[in-house]
Amino acid sequence: MRTIQLFDSRFLLPVVALALILLTNLILSPEFFHLEFKDGRLYGSLVDVLNRSAPCALLAIGMSLVIATGGIDLSVGAVIAITGAVCANLLNSSIDSISLIVLAGLFVGVVAGAVNGGLVSFFGIQPIVATLVLMVAGRGIAQLINDGQIVTFQNPAFASIGVGSIFGLPSPVVITLGIFLLAQAFVRLTAMGLFIEASGCNPKASSYIGIPVRTIKWSVYVMSGLCAAVAGMIITADIHGADANNAGLWLELDAILAVVLGGASLAGGRFSLPLTLIGVLIIQAMTTTIIMSGIDPKFNLLIKSLIIVTVLLLQSPILRGQIRGFFARKHKAENSAVVESQS
Amino acid sequence: MSARFIPVVVTAVLFLALLIAGSLQFSGFASPRVLLNLLTDNSFLAIMALGMTFVILSGGIDLSVGSVLALSSVLCAILVEKHGWHPLQAIPVVLIAGAAFGAIMGALIHVYKLQPFIVTLAGMFFARGLATVLSEQSIPITHSFFDSVNNFGFSVLGGWIGSATLLLIVVFAFGLWLAHFTRLGGYIYALGGNSTSAALLGVPMGLTTISIYTLSSTLAALSGIVYTFYTASGYALSGVGMELDAIAAVVIGGTLLTGGYGYVLGTLLGVMIMGLIQTWISFHGSLNSWWTKIFIGSLVLAFIIFQRGISAGFGTKKAKI
Repeated sequence: MRTIQLFDSRFLLPVVALALILLTNLILSPEFFHLEFKDGRLYGSLVDVLNRSAPCALLAIGMSLVIATGGIDLSVGAVIAITGAVCANLLNSSIDSISLIVLAGLFVGVVAGAVNGGLVSFFGIQPIVATLVLMVAGRGIAQLINDGQIVTFQNPAFASIGVGSIFGLPSPVVITLGIFLLAQAFVRLTAMGLFIEASGCNPKASSYIGIPVRTIKWSVYVMSGLCAAVAGMIITADIHGADANNAGLWLELDAILAVVLGGASLAGGRFSLPLTLIGVLIIQAMTTTIIMSGIDPKFNLLIKSLIIVTVLLLQSPILRGQIRGFFARKHKAENSAVVESQS
Repeated sequence: MSARFIPVVVTAVLFLALLIAGSLQFSGFASPRVLLNLLTDNSFLAIMALGMTFVILSGGIDLSVGSVLALSSVLCAILVEKHGWHPLQAIPVVLIAGAAFGAIMGALIHVYKLQPFIVTLAGMFFARGLATVLSEQSIPITHSFFDSVNNFGFSVLGGWIGSATLLLIVVFAFGLWLAHFTRLGGYIYALGGNSTSAALLGVPMGLTTISIYTLSSTLAALSGIVYTFYTASGYALSGVGMELDAIAAVVIGGTLLTGGYGYVLGTLLGVMIMGLIQTWISFHGSLNSWWTKIFIGSLVLAFIIFQRGISAGFGTKKAKI
């Protein structure tokens, strides 16, 4: 009973939207669902959608937690660029331990997140502005590290993060899935998720009942930075280079969008990581569908914006009320017509 | 002096300090020519930032302005070049289209209680998408009217005051009038200060919200027209990320992002400071352009921490009373 209600209220719209997009594919181009097992790994459009959505999904996992506390993290795209620059330069240096380089990349994410979180929770600065600082300055810092160049590297071991495969699936997909499961366990098997939602819902009340609101808010930005660092390493490994200008450009907006499409409110107070992932898949499946269906890719942004507005409006309780009111009025009018004809 | 003026005064002092530091380092840095060029080269950003000021004063945000700039430049170029319209016919159409776009966003925000951030984000995608659909290539404009407008102006003290600078002055005079001498200006401050109180005091919330976003989009469309004249072309990829510059200029100008506090004049100073940093870097020669981003980021950071300190000061005063 409880699961049915859950599906009814929050899962219905995002799942239906994703199903509609997949259905469009089934009609327009059935080869979309074709899967092939070759050279020990899976190929096909569906795998491609998953693979391409991995960086955005990682950002969106961190972003869900940040948004649940009523915040926002605009800096994740810039964190991707900095992580990429740090890793690419380390790969070209004398350090040859991959795990050390990966740790350095993660450290960048933690530092960036700690700065953002510190500004938000300890200085009390609005999340949009606090993270805007790093969004603007971050790409400058990445260019500084790269000395204005696109730094490339030759390192098959590091590159396998982006282009390799684990258990027959592209490694970005497996990494993302692993982090998703970890995050989901962390927030739902412990009270952490509840604390995050409480901090977003009513920070004052939460701190009165003993929830360390500041620490919670600080830690979600650290987690978001960490997720962005992983996404940054995947993107860098994928193209064998760090492009400070374009790596992860505007990806933060897609991530925020995915969270909102998943039914979360930017005002905070609730989140669902599975729904966020569905939101990410909606965005990526939509992009792939537009390409596959032969529509000129220049229509991509336009169609995307129209779908966003439609989903947002459908989620708005006010529009639902208006529709209900419209039908109720119609119903009433019919009833009164019936009454009149009877009398 | 009222504490409300402190952020704007600090911005002005910072501007003067940068100017003095620059002129001590480089001769000719503080010349009228450099200063007037600052106005010309940043006129489109300043007009856009003025619209953003009103949005932020009301406690909202408008991410769509950079895309609206691109859309209006493409629309203007198409109407003039492909359809043979006179620019004086095309400009009102572009401005009205911009106003309608903003009105729709404002209506969505007010009627359906959607967050401004996400509505204007969708607006940003829509305007950029529409501009790309209209033309993927840059459209050069070779209308004689463009040349005569661009050549119009007069020289003052070795500097040049062109049509863009004149327009900028007119638009800012309008902004000052709107903010401080009209009822709508009062409504906007009230909405940003405390929307619940504003509603209880009889501020027409819907009308004000829609007016704010209409104003912002119209000014963004106007800055798109200025940009079209500046580059003599229309291109769907122009103004990418310019909304961030506009927001940064408003913050450096001393407007609080929580809404309710700030001045139109501060925004103009904010734009000038950002332009001055760029000028300083180009005078310096050996510094790379990415330092601009780092400087502006640091400046925004310094300002928000400083503002935080001031508003905390307000808090303690209130607490004592």
